[in-house]
Amino acid sequence: MNLTLKVWRQDGPEATGHMDTHALEGVSPDMSFLEMMDMLNDQIIRAGGEPVAFDHDCREGICGMCSMFINGEAHGPGRGVTTCQLHMRSFNDGDTIAIEPWRAQAFPVIKDLTVDRSAFDRVIQAGGYISVNTSGNTIDANAIPVPKEQADDAFSAATCIGCGACVASCKNASAMLFVSAKVSQFALLPQGQPERESRVQRMVEQMDKEGFGNCTNTGACAVECPKGIDLSNIARMNRDFMSAAVKSKK
Amino acid sequence: MSNSGILRSSLAKKYVMALSGLFLCLFLLGHLAGNLQLFNTSAEGQLAFNEYAHFMTTFPLVKLLSYLTYAAVLFHVVDGIALTMQNRKARPTGYVKEKGSANASWSSRNMGILGTIILVFLVSHMQNFWYVMHFGPIGESDGLKDLHTVVMTFFGPENGLAGLAVAGYVLAQFALGFHLIHGFQSGFQSLGLRHSKYSPLIERAGLFFGIGVPTLFASIPVYLFFIQL
Amino acid sequence: MLDSKIPEGPLADKWTKYKDDIQLVNPANKRSIDVIVVGTGLAGSSAAASLAEMGYNVKALCFQDSPRRAHSIAAQGGINAAKNYQNDGDSVHRLFYDTVKGGDYRSREANVHRLAEVSTNIIDQCVAQGVPFAREYGGLLDNRSFGGVLVSRTFYAKGQTGQQLLLGAYSALSRQISKGKVDMLTRHEMMDVVMVDGKCRGIIARNLVTGELERHAAHAVVLATGGYGNVFFLSTNAMGSNVSAAWKAHKKGAHMANPCFTQIHPTCIPVSGEHQSKLTLMSESLRNDGRIWVPAKKEDAEAIRKGTKTALEIAEADRDYYLERRYPAFGNLVPRDVASRAAKERCDAGFGVNKTGEAVFLDFASAFKRYGKTEASIRGLSQPSTEEIVTLGKEVVKAKYGNLFDMYKQIAADNPYETPMKIYPAVHYTMGGLWVDYNLMTSVSGLYATGESNFSDHGANRLGASALMQGLADGYFVLPYTIGDYLANDIRTGAISSNSAEFEAAEKAVQERIDHLINNNGSKPVDDFHRRLGRIMWNECGMSRNEAGLKKAIADIRALREEFWKDVRVPGNATSYNPELDKAGRVADFLEQGELMCMDALAREESCGGHFREEHQTPEGEALRDDENFAFVSAWEFAGDPSESKLIKEDLVFENIELKQRSYK
Repeated sequence: MNLTLKVWRQDGPEATGHMDTHALEGVSPDMSFLEMMDMLNDQIIRAGGEPVAFDHDCREGICGMCSMFINGEAHGPGRGVTTCQLHMRSFNDGDTIAIEPWRAQAFPVIKDLTVDRSAFDRVIQAGGYISVNTSGNTIDANAIPVPKEQADDAFSAATCIGCGACVASCKNASAMLFVSAKVSQFALLPQGQPERESRVQRMVEQMDKEGFGNCTNTGACAVECPKGIDLSNIARMNRDFMSAAVKSKK
Repeated sequence: MSNSGILRSSLAKKYVMALSGLFLCLFLLGHLAGNLQLFNTSAEGQLAFNEYAHFMTTFPLVKLLSYLTYAAVLFHVVDGIALTMQNRKARPTGYVKEKGSANASWSSRNMGILGTIILVFLVSHMQNFWYVMHFGPIGESDGLKDLHTVVMTFFGPENGLAGLAVAGYVLAQFALGFHLIHGFQSGFQSLGLRHSKYSPLIERAGLFFGIGVPTLFASIPVYLFFIQL
Repeated sequence: MLDSKIPEGPLADKWTKYKDDIQLVNPANKRSIDVIVVGTGLAGSSAAASLAEMGYNVKALCFQDSPRRAHSIAAQGGINAAKNYQNDGDSVHRLFYDTVKGGDYRSREANVHRLAEVSTNIIDQCVAQGVPFAREYGGLLDNRSFGGVLVSRTFYAKGQTGQQLLLGAYSALSRQISKGKVDMLTRHEMMDVVMVDGKCRGIIARNLVTGELERHAAHAVVLATGGYGNVFFLSTNAMGSNVSAAWKAHKKGAHMANPCFTQIHPTCIPVSGEHQSKLTLMSESLRNDGRIWVPAKKEDAEAIRKGTKTALEIAEADRDYYLERRYPAFGNLVPRDVASRAAKERCDAGFGVNKTGEAVFLDFASAFKRYGKTEASIRGLSQPSTEEIVTLGKEVVKAKYGNLFDMYKQIAADNPYETPMKIYPAVHYTMGGLWVDYNLMTSVSGLYATGESNFSDHGANRLGASALMQGLADGYFVLPYTIGDYLANDIRTGAISSNSAEFEAAEKAVQERIDHLINNNGSKPVDDFHRRLGRIMWNECGMSRNEAGLKKAIADIRALREEFWKDVRVPGNATSYNPELDKAGRVADFLEQGELMCMDALAREESCGGHFREEHQTPEGEALRDDENFAFVSAWEFAGDPSESKLIKEDLVFENIELKQRSYK
């Protein structure tokens, strides 16, 4: 396959970026998208240029590091896949492919296609945990039964890989799907109940502070989410936040 | 988090949007029920309509409701503008290539534009009828302000721009329709009312509401225009 | 002499008694003690969180953009624990026994027993943290079975157990970050450890975004930096996984133990071409239900390779379920090393089933039928047709392994519900690593190694679902105790200064190496060398090894290393974000580590676990151990160059387990 790649290049957070055009020949349809990017970088380095910086690590769709906006969609045209799981067989010989970084106020560009997603970590730090210290003396794991369906729902919410495709896809750069997935995981488990109200309040407050946009229920996030996180999580968070606001003492 | 913080939070803005929007949906139903009387253009129809208009502008409870409606419109508009501004700020640099159609419906991505069209329509609509009803000049019939004739005239041959007015009204109802198709179910989602069993019903109801209500609204000026040709 | 510091006393009491006698640091003193944790996978996150909870000041580093992305996240199948919830005869002793036997008797009894003891605490802890393990309809935890054992003791969260456990540890870590007890430095890489007066007193780190070198001083340093499987270039490891932190520690005096013990995982998606950058694992749990086979007739295998026949056209009688044939007792659930070698044996003999001849089938057809029958009976269908049964069976399999099947489909462009999967072994895990004593301290005072980065618990072969167990055991329940014993002597030391000559010198050396790489102006990209190193390692130090091959590999690696330093091209500069530079530093270390691995493989003239020397096998082709001469841990001491490393032996004493030839027949 021969391709024309239009790639976003940007030196740093303050620099202005632009799209660079590269021709790439001899791409195999069996390559993953990132292997195609490796090939591009190899070509650039051998020609004496600076390779395109992009985030990637596990290359099996679970670490959440890879983050490319391909042809107008987060993680490209595939559904339920991350960029590293996208294969070149999804494209045709002669295609022009536009490759951009996630774009959001809360995700400043570090370089080229690499963005800073530490805002997500700060949202988790604000309350995305159950306050239990490490000890060998917690109660037996089977002491509290959890209905299977509920446990499965908690698991589904917990599969979020924190890649940020939801923010990138949302026309408002909203982080509601990410935040609500974490809120939901704990809201669905008995272990998460003691901090349920304060958790949702603290996490939403941090989410707003980071400069993410608002949810307007377009549903784009859930369509582009590589892990299929469902919009019902957002509804649950809306519900929990409201009840927390009503019940809270302050 | 203090109470003021909760009010300022992005989620509170969503609740305001949802509550005001769903309230306005109720208003639309009431308004539509009254307006459908216009299909009866006979003298009895005229009397009934004018009596209805009189009741709506004078009965205290309705008055209260009307203030609530004004407030809802105001909240919906102001909140909508605030949200839009905040959302613009959340993405200062846009994508060079963005394929919104791949993952979201057209109406959900254009609620602001649709809302603006509806707002412009609302202003002119109120000027055309509400203002006349309240501040005149308006004729009388059977001792009542004759709003019926005002409406008939507005969409009749005496108004040289009636054709344009009808077109404008129909266009506005299209905007309202698309706004409602997304907005109706979105309101429930914002309030956290989502359930795997009931949400599909809500979505269907939203579709029905979003197509049905604007179609009936639009049919009134079209009907009045054509019977007077 | 190496002192493993194993406590006296009966095996089952060692850990309890040791904990009772260990020195403690009082809470007020903990506040004035600094600990650095490098790496935030299961072992690192859990250690950092636990140490911070106890009151120490912790600094944690990871090269990824978030601690949650460490490669523990990719572990699929599950985590073992001796809970015996299934009432199938499991116990701490049995888990201990299985692990030592599975490791082919090359691990320490005391360490493994401790691991088995704390395994149950891990499950309790994780559930309390909100880890959503799979459950049964009654609401209690579900278990599955894994290779090399006869009980069901593996707890799991679909095919994403590592992710869920890491997110649990990450949430504990996040809680301590928010309290200010952990200073989390993301996109930071450790460049060297700093020794002051014979003790490890800090590290030199590099901020990967700005390129700045930073000095971080502490009373102790914990390495939780994972394994070195990426020395093979193609492995199931993440692209960034590297040996550098461990290797730097090695060069500063920490012994590297059993570096040749690498685990080749039997069920990975085969290599598709030259462009391949990594390999993807298909969880071992699939072997619970999938049957592995190749055609029994060579002409069928050839026809499949040519594409003139498909798997479905091979009659049942013409299939060779070689694991079931060779190992009737364990069948498809033999340990990983055994399954991998058996696949290689069949493919080498000409029975491989893909273009490259390096693949075998993993077939779910009989599972579809078996589950389908049960499901039909549950649903009360009378006399269902075969198609109905298969359809129902597929639904059950989908519920169990759906994400793995999807993953396979995505990568291989083939539907595993219709045709059998093709799999082949790939490098997965390294049992070897930094030598540590019972306290998890390396041979350098104050420098600890946990998780995959140490060598301790898995001997020559790790059992499935034991890596997660060991990482969390080390981080949550072992290190937080044992490190106190060392730090108790540091309560009067006061803050360690990073302005000393030692820090100065270490930083300068790091800077010089970076400058060299960036100014080298060679002609070939880093990956070029990495790929070539990987090929040497896979061919000569992979699933089977021999003397001539290893000697050749050592010479080839030396030549490649020389060429690397002459001809590598690192673009960009060292003062901004430059992933190529980061990679160059890591590959430079792999080029040294690879040589040591081959030396270790050459020195160990026996076959055990994942280390298979062709010279040492039984007539049936099974690994032949030499307990008389090789029941020891090889600890290598650095002496200026990998080629001059010195072998120190720590004898393994087995008092509770009788050494036997491992048999899964």
